[in-house]
Amino acid sequence: MSVAVLPHTVKPHPITGVYSGKLGTWLFLASEVMLFGALFSSYVLLRVGAPHEGPAAWPTHDQTHLSWKIGGLNTIVLIVSSVTMVMAWANLKMNKFAKGKMYLAATLGLAMTFIIVKLAFEYIPKFTHEPPYLPSTNNFFALYFTMTGLHGLHVLGGVIVIAYFLGPGSKLWHRDPEYFTNRIECTGLYWHFVDLVWIFLFPVLYLL
Amino acid sequence: MDAAHADVSKHVKAYLAVFAALAILTIVTVLVAQIDFPGAGNVIVALLIAAFKASLVAAIFMHLKWERAPWIWISLVFCVVFFAVLMALPVLTTNDVPPRVEHTSWGR
Repeated sequence: MSVAVLPHTVKPHPITGVYSGKLGTWLFLASEVMLFGALFSSYVLLRVGAPHEGPAAWPTHDQTHLSWKIGGLNTIVLIVSSVTMVMAWANLKMNKFAKGKMYLAATLGLAMTFIIVKLAFEYIPKFTHEPPYLPSTNNFFALYFTMTGLHGLHVLGGVIVIAYFLGPGSKLWHRDPEYFTNRIECTGLYWHFVDLVWIFLFPVLYLL
Repeated sequence: MDAAHADVSKHVKAYLAVFAALAILTIVTVLVAQIDFPGAGNVIVALLIAAFKASLVAAIFMHLKWERAPWIWISLVFCVVFFAVLMALPVLTTNDVPPRVEHTSWGR
């Protein structure tokens, strides 16, 4: 044990009562709530303030060109990925490394599916449409691209982290399985938050 | 915390039940959006379902149901309060436009 190690990665911190990674993740998620909250608040402000008619009026469902079917499909994809993520952690907790990794790989696949669906069926057709639908088109599309774009970057962040723990990061399991399991729990907390944001984005952007 | 987590296999059933509930509620969200409720009915119904789904994710997948650490809960209480303030901000702007001049475009 000549390697310098972070304290309280497994045993709870005497003051906080949890391992430090978990508290840190929750504090990070609290800041994320404010980040996305500001965008939801902006959505309310711009939508309620929009004129009832004229060119600046809020677009109807026909004018937004968003398909609830594609949005709904991606909702299901993210929900399933949340289940596989929590199953990955549960299997690691039960000392089943191979099964845990399998569920982690499934989560990674679903996360990438979400991004591919988003790009192939939504972003790219909108950008290449004639005339194109861009953030500059109107307030709705400005919000749509900002909110789903920020959310998409979070999904991409999840992909990178999960891929790391499937690849080089998984070595930690053989050295300290409890530490690795805790790191997967923190990854899961973040991943479920990304799912949670989409649970609100879907009805707000596609259905209301 | 560890005592509650000791029997994780019991939790797996809860995870699958939440999965079923989330899938069904997603379909319900789409179905009720087709109904034209009076006033802000559609917004209220959609957000209530979304809030319920989010609570399930937070309580079961994010283990808040079994979370006892006070520091996490204190952080969340602050988070909820400031989020509420953030969402209430648009209300403060309702009197920005003179009431008789409805829905003019700003800056013209």
